[in-house]
Amino acid sequence: MSNISSAFSKGKAFIPFITCGDPDTDTTYRAVLEAVKNGADLIELGIPFSDPTAEGPVIQGANIRALSGGITTDKVFDLVRRIRKDVSIPLVFMTYANVVFSYGSDRFIKTCQEIGIDGLIIPDVPFEEKEEFQPYCEKYGVDLISMVAPTSEDRVTMIAKEATGFIYIVSSMGVTGVRSSFSNDLEKVVGKIREVTKVPCAIGFGISNPEQAAKMSQFADGVIVGSAIVKILEEKGTDAPEAIGAFVKSMKDAI
Amino acid sequence: MDSKGRFGVHGGQYIPETLMNAIHELERAYEHYKNDPDFQKELSTLFNEYANRPSLLYYAKKMTEDLGGAKIYLKREDLNHTGAHKINNVLGQALLAKKMGKTRLIAETGAGQHGVATATAAALMGMECVVFMGEEDTKRQALNVYRMKLLGASVVPVKTGTRTLKDAVSEAMREWTTRVEDTHYCLGSVMGPHPFPTIVRDFQAVISKEIKEQMLEKEGRLPDVVMACVGGGSNAIGSFYHFIEDKDVQLIGCEAAGRGIDTFETAATVNTGRLGIFHGMKSYFCQDEFGQIAPVYSISAGLDYPGVGPEHAHLHDIGRASYVPVTDDEAVDAFEYLSRTEGIIPAIESSHAIAYAMKLAPTMDKDKIIVVTVSGRGDKDCAAIARYRGENIYE
Repeated sequence: MSNISSAFSKGKAFIPFITCGDPDTDTTYRAVLEAVKNGADLIELGIPFSDPTAEGPVIQGANIRALSGGITTDKVFDLVRRIRKDVSIPLVFMTYANVVFSYGSDRFIKTCQEIGIDGLIIPDVPFEEKEEFQPYCEKYGVDLISMVAPTSEDRVTMIAKEATGFIYIVSSMGVTGVRSSFSNDLEKVVGKIREVTKVPCAIGFGISNPEQAAKMSQFADGVIVGSAIVKILEEKGTDAPEAIGAFVKSMKDAI
Repeated sequence: MDSKGRFGVHGGQYIPETLMNAIHELERAYEHYKNDPDFQKELSTLFNEYANRPSLLYYAKKMTEDLGGAKIYLKREDLNHTGAHKINNVLGQALLAKKMGKTRLIAETGAGQHGVATATAAALMGMECVVFMGEEDTKRQALNVYRMKLLGASVVPVKTGTRTLKDAVSEAMREWTTRVEDTHYCLGSVMGPHPFPTIVRDFQAVISKEIKEQMLEKEGRLPDVVMACVGGGSNAIGSFYHFIEDKDVQLIGCEAAGRGIDTFETAATVNTGRLGIFHGMKSYFCQDEFGQIAPVYSISAGLDYPGVGPEHAHLHDIGRASYVPVTDDEAVDAFEYLSRTEGIIPAIESSHAIAYAMKLAPTMDKDKIIVVTVSGRGDKDCAAIARYRGENIYE
């Protein structure tokens, strides 16, 4: 059991996503500090992958910028060590199965524990394949975050029963990225989860403004925002952290 | 819950939760129809009446005499409708998708052969078709882009990553997560999440089934070697499948070594890759020390893929099949050699297998028999090979 529940203990949680090393690790460091200062309750740190199949064009772009900038898994770990000197809220990694597997799953997750990473989101690992990483997560007290999609239907209960940390509810079909409409069934999905677990539910994928965040937080415990933040980095580069801080504040105030 | 679709440690279903119910729906449908005599009958009719099966097993007499060793037979998948083995799998999947009530097919393509086959099946069965193709490949294989459009498909040039086959697969997967309700992802090789490696293998297994029957009829015995080129590995697994239990038949997969396996410009996955998880499966992948997928290279767009199907990875692990690297230069030489010697222009992909047969045959006794699968015809490659040889021609 990690520290993740603390992010949901003071009302609705706002969870920004930032790709590590986009465009460099110093910018990521400053962006994280600004986000925390302006009310972020948990930060999702993306470890870039060459072929991020669950991402839309915006986050794909961030992955490419970060990798071109020379980011590696070891450099991300160093970045987290630096962030952890100033930041105490929960931090989770978002990355793809091969990044963890190729580093050595045991070694990767052991390092997560050492540097203060509380959870791991791996979008290309569904419930049926979680045994690949779950034993190491349990060994080192890192939560393997479960995802639930609008198409999960009869799978929701099975997934929720074994979930730890928080449950990541995918807002609608498709890849990450800004969108104007969401699945109509989200409230029902949350209801189904509540029947079997107290693990908090956070909704992500495509949420980009305070109105959407407010709407989602009416029934979810938290809101995750990725592409809208990455977009700021895409536009402002190393000058992005202050703007990210202001954006986080507007979102946190809305939920 | 147990992970499904394993070949030894390889395979599995490493895909986003969004796709899990769609994958399960496909699994259930396939389990049902594969044992349904009506489905099988409909598929064989399509194979025989539409796709020109069975394909010939041709004794390459001139090539055999010229090389002076083992007897060489060519399994002529190049004579299939649309010019390659890809049609076998596509007719099976399109029929399955139709039975499942899907109205739209999406596909990735490298050389364009799978895209053309999918567009063909979609036209035949009255389905919508969208093909994802790396932008780089749309240039290398411009003629196939036109063929797909002619057949009524839309072709989406993929501009991410290396703009080749792997990016086309990623983009097709992304598209599938946005639209699973009416859409079937018609994956072109024995790769991706379970049940694709099994479905595609089963539909391609007709190749080895025919080889076996034809060989027994012609020679009264099984061949000593069966070989085929390997990208994802669909024509190879199709050629191997019914021989896997016949331990005396040596199985050889020919990988695209590009400029050589000691360079970074290679796509020889089994020879240069290591175990990883990507595109829905655990298998061997060309990757860097941090698991970033390598930008692989081969002259052949159809073999230009950083991974290999999980069943091949397993056959390699248990030593049942061997996987050898063949360079661009060797493949181009073989492309020209088979054209001159037998009057058969093989696809540049298939030329990788021809190239290795040219090396192997002379080392074997004359009473030995090699079967090489010519997975496709080479018309599509003529302009590119001419340019490779310094002739400035364009399609």
